[in-house]
Amino acid sequence: MATYPRRGRRHPLAAIALLLIGLFASGGAYALFTGTATAADTVPPAAQVENGKALFAANCASCHGLSAEGTAAGPSLVGVGALAVEFQVGTGRMPMAGSGPQAEKKPVQFAQDEIDAMAAWVATLAPGPGLPDNRFLSGGNESNGAELFRVNCAMCHNVAGAGGALTEGKFAPNLHDIDPVHIYAAMVTGPQNMPVFSDMNITPEEKRDIIAYLKWMDENGSVGGLDLGALGPVSEGLFVWIFALGGLVAITIWLTAKSN
Amino acid sequence: MAESGKKVALKGSSAVERSGRIDNPGFEPAHQRVHDVNPDKAASAERGISLLFLLSGLLSVTAFVLYFLFPIVPGDLWTVRISTLLVGVAIAASLLTLGVGVVHWAKTLMHGHELVEERHETRGDEPTRARAVEIFQEANAESGWTRRRLLRNSLITALVAFPVPAIALFRDLAPAADPVEALKHTIWRAGTRLARDPSGTPIKASEITIGSAVHVIPENLDTYEETFLNEKAKAAVLLMRLDPADLNISEERKDWSYDGIVAYSKICTHVGCPVALYEQQTHHLLCPCHQSQFDVSNECAVIFGPAARPLPQLPISVDAEGYLVAQSDFLEPVGPSFWERNQ
Repeated sequence: MATYPRRGRRHPLAAIALLLIGLFASGGAYALFTGTATAADTVPPAAQVENGKALFAANCASCHGLSAEGTAAGPSLVGVGALAVEFQVGTGRMPMAGSGPQAEKKPVQFAQDEIDAMAAWVATLAPGPGLPDNRFLSGGNESNGAELFRVNCAMCHNVAGAGGALTEGKFAPNLHDIDPVHIYAAMVTGPQNMPVFSDMNITPEEKRDIIAYLKWMDENGSVGGLDLGALGPVSEGLFVWIFALGGLVAITIWLTAKSN
Repeated sequence: MAESGKKVALKGSSAVERSGRIDNPGFEPAHQRVHDVNPDKAASAERGISLLFLLSGLLSVTAFVLYFLFPIVPGDLWTVRISTLLVGVAIAASLLTLGVGVVHWAKTLMHGHELVEERHETRGDEPTRARAVEIFQEANAESGWTRRRLLRNSLITALVAFPVPAIALFRDLAPAADPVEALKHTIWRAGTRLARDPSGTPIKASEITIGSAVHVIPENLDTYEETFLNEKAKAAVLLMRLDPADLNISEERKDWSYDGIVAYSKICTHVGCPVALYEQQTHHLLCPCHQSQFDVSNECAVIFGPAARPLPQLPISVDAEGYLVAQSDFLEPVGPSFWERNQ
């Protein structure tokens, strides 16, 4: 018989160590959320309309038609305005990579002057919303924006702008680190299944307030600590189930185990 | 056999079938801990435990110091976060090390003898039971509970009467007004203008472009100061404009909309969540709570999920100045079912 019988296979503090490792690992895993931001601050020169028409014919006409009149594969773009082009192409949603429940954000496929050229050409087809004045893209009252956001946007985009699921694979994207002009454009043009929030419904000043609220959230984060994606009961409940209950179970096992 | 004799004796009081059971294997041999046999190990455990206690004390002092090092600045939420985080973590760690130390002490160094306490039967033994009966009889004789019947019955009468005032008091917890009437009506009336939530500005039909969704309250909602939230919770409306060609309108509702503008109650008919996730291309409305889906182009018919009825439609028209107005209240109760809904 050995002098020091080792009856347990684990060190008594192993459960505690495991719990701590798990907690640190989960904390680290939530640290990474990346977003892309594009700079859009140029004025479309009218002379580029022809260039835009050529770019459109080469890249967009297979779905939208040579005169942007629409085909079975894509809607008509007559009257959508320069702002819709800025949003759809400027966020990489167009040209679409493939058909699916909805066009998703991806790396931008064109240089800003090319986007401006296509926007300029589409704007010549029929009157439509153009780029907003720069004074509506910054400044603004965050608390008024927050109230407008809660009434008009939060049901789909989540009160913290974290996004949410819609039907049949569609979803409302998260709104972190979005270029202000694209936030503005999404409200005015109502891309895909998003309803339209025209300037007659939400005024440009109110849109500026909403942008200010979203930018405030980008810069300030969650004062409540780790927000676990701000997705509500699913991520928070999962965290509690795994780490809080797991920790309690580990401690209970340690409490009742016989000492070596 | 002694074993079978015991089985018979237990039969009256035990519901457990004891035949075929495994014989009691007895106890495990006494457990020798490494700390019992090796003084070096015991000394090292003692050092470890005292280190945990000292660490706990140090962490408590740290929490005290951190409270002053990271003060809460009024108006700056980040200082609240940092202060509560650091002080909380230090106190929690102090308590955890304290607890771990105490348990570790008990498990490794305190006396390790094992003892067994046998279960006894629930039924008391005969002398105990006899004594209990005796106590009741003595109390009866001394108090005269069965002898003085007038006294006993008047006491019972007093006790029965005591809760009567509670019936009146608890009755007052119910709503003063008839709750059924309150559930069946909202503050929408003929001519009430539709206004934006939260600004309360009235809406012109010409301002609503196709594909729009507008969150609507009655224009006079802010005159209901005390019951503002109750009234808003029932009267909230979602206004949408579709291409009129996309709307399938039944004969009886053909005057309820205006040029593709339709207004529906925002309160889900399942359990009353606000249904406002409108998809402008599919014309589907999704309730975020339980995924009920309503088809706006077909008078908000339920196409998926647990909702039992379509969302009630608010009949609207346009007044002389071009503002959208209600033609009347909703023609059926909004929101989830209740017992008296169909009466």
